Amino acid sequence: MNPTVIYTIISLSGLGIFSAIILYFVAQKFKIIEDPRIDQVQDALPQANCGGCGYAGCRNFAEALVKAENFDDLFCPVGGNATMGSVAAILGKNAVEQEPRVAVLRCNGSCDVRPSINFYDGTSSCAVAASLYGGATGCQYGCLGFGDCVAVCKFDALAMDPISGLPVVNDVNCTACGACVKACPKNLFELRKRAKKDRKIYVACMNEDKGGIAKKSCAVACIGCTKCFQVCPYEAITMANNLAFIDSDKCRLCRKCVPVCPTNSILEIGFPPRKENEEVTGEVAGQQNNQTNKEV
Amino acid sequence: MANLITVSPSPHIHSGLSVNKLMFGVIIALVPAFIVSVLLYGVGAIVVTLISVASCVLFEFLIQKFILKTEVRITDGSAMVTGVLLAFNLPSNLPWWIIIIGAMVSIGIAKMTFGGLGNNPFNPALVGRVFLLISFPAQMTTFPVPSGISTPYISQVDGFTGPTPLAMLKEGIKQGVPVADLMKDAPSHMDLFLGNMGGSMGEIAGAALLLGLIFMLIRKIITWHIPVSIILTIVLFTGLLYLINPEKNADPLFHLLTGGILLGAIFMATDYVTSPMAPAGMIIFGVGIGLLIIIIRVYGAYPEGVSFAILIMNGFVPLINRYIKPKRFGEEIKNG
Amino acid sequence: MLKTFTRGGVHPPQNKITSDCRIEDLPLPVNVAIPVAMHLGVPSKPVVDKGAEIKVGQLIAKGDGFVSANIHSPFSGKVVKIDKSIDISGYKRDAVFITVEGDNWLDTIDRSPVLKREFNHSPEELIKIMGDAGIVGMGGATFPSHVKLTVPKGKTVNTLVINGAECEPYLTSDHVLMLEKGEEILTGAAILMKALRVEKAVVGIENNKTDAIKHLQSLLTNFKGISIQPLKAKYPQGGEKQLIKAILKREVPSGGLPADVGAVVFNVGTAFAVYEAVQKNKPLIDRVVTVTGKSLKKPSNFRVRIGTPVSNILEAAGGLPEDTGKIVSGGPMMGKAVADTSVPVVKGSSGILVITQKEARRRKIEPCIRCGKCASVCPLGLEPYLLMPLAQKSIYDRLEKERVMDCMECGSCTYTCPSARPLLDFIRLGKSEVGKIIRSRKK
Repeated sequence: MNPTVIYTIISLSGLGIFSAIILYFVAQKFKIIEDPRIDQVQDALPQANCGGCGYAGCRNFAEALVKAENFDDLFCPVGGNATMGSVAAILGKNAVEQEPRVAVLRCNGSCDVRPSINFYDGTSSCAVAASLYGGATGCQYGCLGFGDCVAVCKFDALAMDPISGLPVVNDVNCTACGACVKACPKNLFELRKRAKKDRKIYVACMNEDKGGIAKKSCAVACIGCTKCFQVCPYEAITMANNLAFIDSDKCRLCRKCVPVCPTNSILEIGFPPRKENEEVTGEVAGQQNNQTNKEV
Repeated sequence: MANLITVSPSPHIHSGLSVNKLMFGVIIALVPAFIVSVLLYGVGAIVVTLISVASCVLFEFLIQKFILKTEVRITDGSAMVTGVLLAFNLPSNLPWWIIIIGAMVSIGIAKMTFGGLGNNPFNPALVGRVFLLISFPAQMTTFPVPSGISTPYISQVDGFTGPTPLAMLKEGIKQGVPVADLMKDAPSHMDLFLGNMGGSMGEIAGAALLLGLIFMLIRKIITWHIPVSIILTIVLFTGLLYLINPEKNADPLFHLLTGGILLGAIFMATDYVTSPMAPAGMIIFGVGIGLLIIIIRVYGAYPEGVSFAILIMNGFVPLINRYIKPKRFGEEIKNG
Repeated sequence: MLKTFTRGGVHPPQNKITSDCRIEDLPLPVNVAIPVAMHLGVPSKPVVDKGAEIKVGQLIAKGDGFVSANIHSPFSGKVVKIDKSIDISGYKRDAVFITVEGDNWLDTIDRSPVLKREFNHSPEELIKIMGDAGIVGMGGATFPSHVKLTVPKGKTVNTLVINGAECEPYLTSDHVLMLEKGEEILTGAAILMKALRVEKAVVGIENNKTDAIKHLQSLLTNFKGISIQPLKAKYPQGGEKQLIKAILKREVPSGGLPADVGAVVFNVGTAFAVYEAVQKNKPLIDRVVTVTGKSLKKPSNFRVRIGTPVSNILEAAGGLPEDTGKIVSGGPMMGKAVADTSVPVVKGSSGILVITQKEARRRKIEPCIRCGKCASVCPLGLEPYLLMPLAQKSIYDRLEKERVMDCMECGSCTYTCPSARPLLDFIRLGKSEVGKIIRSRKK
């Protein structure tokens, strides 16, 4: 064999072995001893790394779970009670049960009921538009329609409806991680308690203007008339700043408030259609009332 | 919509600058060199340039429309500029199918695979040229002897071709001939300046290229930092070598006027996408290119090193951008 | 000798079409809503009730906290209500609604035009008068002046800079004020010098206003320690950091104040308001506003009472043209587009600019070609091509390291970008988010 080849083989092999020895000792010296339970807990988590728990990814949450005394402030919205149960079993602690939640857009001001009064020519980003002014319509509280929420959703649970100009939540995919809540500059998303068959009753409006002004900007705005508040038998409705709010933890889905709303601002989703002799006032717009929630 | 007031964030006026205007400015700056090529190489220069530009634009159109299915942006002029610059790196008797392959590599591989305009790390025209140089070394290194405007476009007939002055220099030095003797056979400096020598279309006309540089500087298309730092580095480095050993090294002016240094320094290295953003970074970039060019010419196997030097420094640009920042206004207050 | 700042800057067409228009008065409006948030800092608290009869110059809202300002009524009449009204911010905010009746001023205000040059108040008294009069920065920033005059402990100030640059295209309110009220402005500067206890003041004026430079220079014999410095016309020469760099050759440190290099900057309009407050007992209730635009019938400079709706001013300028695309409060580089012409003029409104439909729309966005022109025109040495994608991807720690908080939002980068990219839109977003993070860190 050519001596050059032999020298090359010897020198490269020697270099390789030398490096391997150095690496072995360095690995030993800088080894991090970790609690093996962290790996176990991490495997039980959904691996979505969405930040919905408030921690930087599933591994970070696993570390927090192992360190924590109890699970009072710790909950994974994506995995829900099932995941928290498995983690509790691994760590020998008690899991906190939480009602599953879903994101709900509290605005129904679609293009046909909320006319534009100016033309927005800036960047198509809700954050940019919100920092500039109240929006292209008369309601400064309503959805801007540029989809910052859609862009941030990791679970494919939001999509823009091109006709209404509003985002639509897919109840099946939504894990209530809270990313859309943080992303919306108008704070239009709320994580409401899930009811059976994904039924919902909520005030689809965040407008705090006085009734006359609100109605001029949007035909389905809440005008703060308090009719719903007066009719609710469970004290689930509160009024503040010319706006009604239905607490999803107290609401029993009795549907008494929906027909009394003069602007059809309260939406009922997932219920069977009402019988003919029951009152249905006003026009329906945007998200269709009395429809089962379709897959988006 | 016409009657609604428009609302948008400030600023509400724009300078009117556009990518289009900048790219066509570069093309106008290349016109003097193109005219010189046509005067010396005849029809071949026109044919090669046309084929190169047409195929670059065509490939960009096809890829954007049918493969990437994004917006077609051939009117922004960047594919045209790549086409012209690629042509200027080629001999004027190159077969048409080789030019098309070069265009395919320049646009398809060097530009589109990285995401189109603005995203490529390496200069597309140079990638195309280097690919052709390595794949078709014979065709890419036989240049026609300049014979005037009536030279027809004939590919690669012996007797009509000759080596470049640099190739002659390299061969001669390898064989031990003193440089002073080689210089007697080489074109004079004035000949080199005006383009009376063998080479690719963009190598030959120093005067015309400098005219283009002045045009681009006046129109603020490029700044002086990159061309000046490349040229100064070359002059200093070759001047040093010439002083140390005039037997084995040509003088700085010869180096400057041969090969693609002027084309590279003025048009290739100053490509926006592949050059650094901060002035200090541009100077480091230019110095690096200058050093590499001369190292390859003097110590390397190739007679010409401009393409490789620029491509190597293109690779360093993200690093340069990361650490060499423009001079900030006001020093930072250290928090107590 | 002309001075200028050395980094960056652009040269937009100046379009000073109203520089020869004398200041005119406007007829009074009928119904007004005076916003309580016309200044940087905490919004003021109304101190009048529904139904109150008020006179011009009467206090209607008191500053709430240290960084806040008083607001005085620019009109006489009756308070209708305290309610929300849309203002220049684009949102509805609290305002004092007044029905204007007549034009009755408080007796304490001296309305005579006689120039009063002498004053012998102490610095503390002067600062108190300015605070009571609700004086804020009239260049547009609306920072409460009595706060600016309270130099923080440990910093010493030795020079007062008066900002007569007016670098924005189209605007001429400072120009005509210098021509018509030059002595008053210089007296105001002398008052500010006393309040700051400095011996030296420099008035910086861009050299596209040679008549103002000559006029003020001719008045200098009566004022000790004040000099005029002509400046090269370049945008943004009027930014206080650029002004200090051009005139005094000092660079305000990043995150610092002009007081860190021994200077304090005030606009000529503020100096005039200071004169009126100290010598005439007149609180800040009006200002000169340039109403301009190539399509306007009668572009002019008006003296406008604060709170006058923009629609009134446009009427006086010949009405809103048919082909109006955009209405901007301020100049074309940093001004804010107005969605509703009923918004009132506020303390910082230097101009109303009408832009035609043809010029109002943005161009289509193209990819970034890495030309680096944005970085080369940035007066603060920042890199907008990098700050925009960092803000889009919400990488806030890197944004802070790249000094996004230094950005003065001058718009030079977006003005220059050949790809018409909305650089400033995202840099502003990044700034506000990083600002929130920094504030929460301090707590």
